[in-house]
Amino acid sequence: MPGKLKAKIVAGRHLPVMDRASDLTDAFVEVKFGNTTFKTDVYPKSLNPQWNSEWFKFEVDDEDLQDEPLQITVLDHDTYSANDAIGKVYIDIDPLLSCEAATVISGWLPIYDTIHGIRGEINVVVKVDLFNDLNRFRQSSCGVKFFCTTSIPRCYRAALVHGFVEELVVNEDPEYQWIDRIRTPRASNEARQRLISLMSGELQRKIGLKVLEMGGNAVVGYLQCFDLEGESGLVVRAIGTACTLDKLIPGTESKEPVFSEDPPHPLSVPPTPLRTLPSSSSPPPFSPSKPCSRQSSSSDTDLSLTPKMGMGSGISVGKEAGPLKTLLRQQAQSALEQREFPFFTLTCFPPGFLVHIGGVVSARSVKLLDRIHNPDEPETRDAWWEEIRQEIKSHAKALGCHAVVGYSESTTICEEVCILSASGTAAMLNPRFMREGSVCVYSRFDDASPPSCGFCHIPYDEFNMPFPAQLTYCYHCRRQKVPDVLFTTIDLPAEAAVTGKGCLIQARLCRTKKKAQGEVNATAISNLLPFMEYELHTQLMNKLKLRCMNALFGLRIQISVGENMLLGLASATGVYLSALPAPGGIQITGKTPSDLSYDQHISTMQKRINDTIAMNKELYNIHPLECIEEVVGSPIPDRQRSRLFRSTSESSDELSELDLSHGKKDAFVLEIDDTDAVEDIQSLLTDAPMPAGFYSCNTEVMPGIYNWTSGLQMFTSVRVYRLSNANLTNQGLNKIFTDLCENLLKSLYFKLRSMIPCCLCHLNFTVAVPEEELIQVRRHTPKHTSPILYIFPKNILVRSGENEEQLQFSMELCGESTSSNNQPTAKPSVSSSERCSPLPEVRSRSLRSTRSLPCGAPVTVVKMTPLSFLPRTRIVKYLGIINMFFIRETTSLREEGGVSGFLHSFIAEVFAMVRAHVAALGGNAVVSYSMKECVFMENPNKNQAQCLINVSGDAVIFVRESDQEAIPPLIMSGQPSTTGADGTT
Amino acid sequence: MSMELDVFVGNTTIMDMEVYQLWLDGLTVSDAVKVRMDEGALLECEANAEVLTSDTMDQFRTFQMCERLLHSPTKLGSQLLYQIPAQNQRILIERYYEFDSVFAREVLGKKLSKGTKKDLDDISCKTGITLKSCRRQFDNFKRVFKVVEELKGPLVENIQRHFLLSDTLARDYAAIVFFANSRFETGKRKLQYLSFQDFAFCAGQLISYWTVGAVDSMMEDMDVDLEKEFLHELKDLKVLVNDKDMMDQHKILVCAALRGKIKVYKLMEVNFKNLSRALINLASKLTHTKDVRDLFIDLVEKFIEPCRYDRWTVAEITLFLTHYTNAAHCLGTFRYQMIWDRYMGVIKSCILQMYHE
Repeated sequence: MPGKLKAKIVAGRHLPVMDRASDLTDAFVEVKFGNTTFKTDVYPKSLNPQWNSEWFKFEVDDEDLQDEPLQITVLDHDTYSANDAIGKVYIDIDPLLSCEAATVISGWLPIYDTIHGIRGEINVVVKVDLFNDLNRFRQSSCGVKFFCTTSIPRCYRAALVHGFVEELVVNEDPEYQWIDRIRTPRASNEARQRLISLMSGELQRKIGLKVLEMGGNAVVGYLQCFDLEGESGLVVRAIGTACTLDKLIPGTESKEPVFSEDPPHPLSVPPTPLRTLPSSSSPPPFSPSKPCSRQSSSSDTDLSLTPKMGMGSGISVGKEAGPLKTLLRQQAQSALEQREFPFFTLTCFPPGFLVHIGGVVSARSVKLLDRIHNPDEPETRDAWWEEIRQEIKSHAKALGCHAVVGYSESTTICEEVCILSASGTAAMLNPRFMREGSVCVYSRFDDASPPSCGFCHIPYDEFNMPFPAQLTYCYHCRRQKVPDVLFTTIDLPAEAAVTGKGCLIQARLCRTKKKAQGEVNATAISNLLPFMEYELHTQLMNKLKLRCMNALFGLRIQISVGENMLLGLASATGVYLSALPAPGGIQITGKTPSDLSYDQHISTMQKRINDTIAMNKELYNIHPLECIEEVVGSPIPDRQRSRLFRSTSESSDELSELDLSHGKKDAFVLEIDDTDAVEDIQSLLTDAPMPAGFYSCNTEVMPGIYNWTSGLQMFTSVRVYRLSNANLTNQGLNKIFTDLCENLLKSLYFKLRSMIPCCLCHLNFTVAVPEEELIQVRRHTPKHTSPILYIFPKNILVRSGENEEQLQFSMELCGESTSSNNQPTAKPSVSSSERCSPLPEVRSRSLRSTRSLPCGAPVTVVKMTPLSFLPRTRIVKYLGIINMFFIRETTSLREEGGVSGFLHSFIAEVFAMVRAHVAALGGNAVVSYSMKECVFMENPNKNQAQCLINVSGDAVIFVRESDQEAIPPLIMSGQPSTTGADGTT
Repeated sequence: MSMELDVFVGNTTIMDMEVYQLWLDGLTVSDAVKVRMDEGALLECEANAEVLTSDTMDQFRTFQMCERLLHSPTKLGSQLLYQIPAQNQRILIERYYEFDSVFAREVLGKKLSKGTKKDLDDISCKTGITLKSCRRQFDNFKRVFKVVEELKGPLVENIQRHFLLSDTLARDYAAIVFFANSRFETGKRKLQYLSFQDFAFCAGQLISYWTVGAVDSMMEDMDVDLEKEFLHELKDLKVLVNDKDMMDQHKILVCAALRGKIKVYKLMEVNFKNLSRALINLASKLTHTKDVRDLFIDLVEKFIEPCRYDRWTVAEITLFLTHYTNAAHCLGTFRYQMIWDRYMGVIKSCILQMYHE
């Protein structure tokens, strides 16, 4: 009996009228936990009852405390017939189980009914008394903290990062049980909500146990997903990164004990001069003494940066590597080898954590679902994921990396076919964070690669590359090799040197497939997948070049299956990394040059492309080497110098290779011989430019913009498009899909026009092709089975408002320094100093922490953001994870304003419930908020619709940095003397 | 490209107040899109018609969903469903309860019942205000009326407290409620020249000086009804016309004061008895509900029209009424000074407001 749960029902308000005769309600409340139920008295004839109940006490195991939600049901008392339920409130008491999170849940919570939506509010107080349990065979894991945030939470310090934790639980879906035929939709929905709540509690507890086993105390980057497999059951699975977190004590936190061992990042202080670095005078300390090159260079780099399914990975890496890399590998391996999967769900890391990045690794597998026979032994599902993770691991190895960061898993289900996908970024990590005691060995390496470009340096062996790529010396430090493009799933490291601004890049693709069943269907899908990935990749690469950028961050590729089509959507944030070579242009050639008009057509297209590139350079403010080269001279000295530089240690054999790659730099050739290429070019050029004043990206921060205001607005938008004709061609589908996405973006820009200048951050698109047969409960005429495209982005907008001036100020500053010093790195230095502007906030922490929150408003304003932070504010406390699942159903669709009205109000209700629960925990914001699932089904003929939504995030308390205190950073932004703020804020 | 489903939901509800006005005006989505296009919305952010339609539909839906809350504005502040900044909440409420004075003029003094609601079609045709907007305005009147009808205390404050309206708007609503409650006749042809603002001013005067609340704000009674006792006492003023001596003396005093000061002096001298009789008779009749309802038509027929016929200016009327009121105090035998002032104060300001030259 290690816990006592106490609940008190205070009052209700805005209750619905349940008795038509009196226009009033006789309400009472049932409070249920596990199998125990308490009731309040009936408060007669009121829509605003005051129960003021006693404390209802539940004495329970802490295992149950973790699994079960507290269930509060509000009912209308009826003397003659059965009592009518008004609605329910589920309260997840997990946040109360950790001493560092919330201590009480108290406040107005919306009463929710799956048929009627929100029906009034109830004021409750919930507390937990925990007794210490030292039983080592315990099944509970109370006290393990969970964070959705995919970085080290702001008021904690990572003492140790243990690594990957995963778990899944399966059950039968109540919606598909026999009993569902006889019970009401309400009962069925509630059974489902309750079950999922239970399952996620159980899942969290089990993951917690694993974390405790590993010796950690927290899970960061916790990602929980539901697979609604229909007939075959319901899977709830989660992955995360186990860590040992130390709470930072206000006042000492700015010291950042762990990170202070790092030398101050050389880049954030002075510009590491790129050009002025005399290449001959400082030979690279680790110039590789390697065997001669036998590399065959090829321009076809795009294909292989993302290893495809079934890619061979038999290359043994590391044998031929240089001494340093071997050392690193050994250390890291020893730190990581005990782990089955060296995966990290984090996308943002403490400085020094990330050493090198290899590239994106991804794996997909197509499976046929069958009924889960024994829910207690979910072996099949486990085995499936195990398989995929092994594949990812071997891909990472092939890239010479020992770890995968920014790792995520997802599924897409269409009838009995299920595609499991996993993706991440292969990387080399600093083992210091993974093992206690091994702190100092590593400093040598830190010196070798400055943090602003170190992560770009290739981790794999240059002469034994897993895929053909063009390597050049890093444009930043000139000491190590870098690839020509870099694709990653993580956020842009804060210390990275970037030229210009970033932008959202999307690749969209539709492919038709024949309708099929079972095995045949699965085979057809798995045959199509590699082609889709290839095409998405080509599209991304083309668009990247068109924007004159050379790296992608936050890459997310989603492939969803419909009955007769496959949809692919890849989103990422394009950036120009200063360390990587400038991308070449795009050249179009045709294979039949005899036709004059055809030639003309090609040349006009080429012109359009060149114009677009030039325009984009202006738009994103990318003026890298070109202008500098003009100042320095022709590009030839550059090549000579690098030749010089290299020839100190390498044979002349390589010279030609280098020239070759340089010569190839500009030759990104597109042949528009076949229709595919024409389509590619069309899609390249149809991307509408963003209106002035808007920026967009899908990562946490917008590269190149560092002056956020605290004004932010999160929103969700859902669109469904019904395809008029099921027999569409690939091109037709592609056009529709692209238009849909473009139009959605346009709408967003238009809607938010009043907030200009603003930036859409963390733009997260999801597409689905729900088939109608599932939607309609009963079988229906095939005419209605036309697929619908279904797309929902969830995103946030951060306004940069009055700071626009500051932005311009910094531009001027950088312009000056370029002209006077001819240093290309002047710009990164300015931007990094700008980024340091939050530092004074750090200093003022101790001051501000004593200040209480303003609480004048009757309803607490709760901010929601998918970002892990709120600009210009400081998170003072994490209150616990929010993980909520709602079902809403209607049998009067038309009356509720059609599908749009129904979904609009449901999403608004979900937001309201999240806000209310956060406010009840004492918080004023949700960070790392995401809408994981949004499944919508309708049957207009029966006037019915159903929708499921799953949301999650971290409830926090933040305090705003007042305007007065925000001014000093503005002044200081010109002085590049502040450093090291990145890790602390 | 028409969407099957198209929604946009922000954590903070985003509202375009220009679109809100179009919605309040009762436009359909397609009409609103046209208006917005004409106003040049397409020039912003490279929008196209599709984007505009989508945005308009979305906004209209948002407003429609908020409408339920706007019916009881106090709930808007405490509800949890929509996170709307306080500033926007105020604008939403204020604009929702704003009305067209042309419309209000039509409904003024009518019973706010189903019967009147059926006539809204005609009013809509006559005023050019969309039927939807007419219905909203009518429902607003009715809602405010129902809530404050039975409440004790000052009318304007009650309206402000329950509907969170600005002071001016609350006063207008008070006038509407007051007229609807007492059912003053406003529809006669002879009254057509009077605007809503004229009546609202008069209502304000009546509420301020003739109701129970006017005498004693602590009174338990309501602001909506005229004070019965006062109306009864008005009968005593008859002495001013019934007592011939007093009447003559009154005339002499007024004439003495006005001689040489007004152009219409001659006509005034001739008509004095008629005018005085009209005002006093009006006062003495007010015990009957029927006559209270006819207050304004009587004022127009018995006083304003004769004066206008004789081409009095406003300044002249002001002078006349001032001295007419003051002279009564000098009548040695006249004992009803208090009631006289209370009566004449209101009548004077009403006449001045209603007298259009």
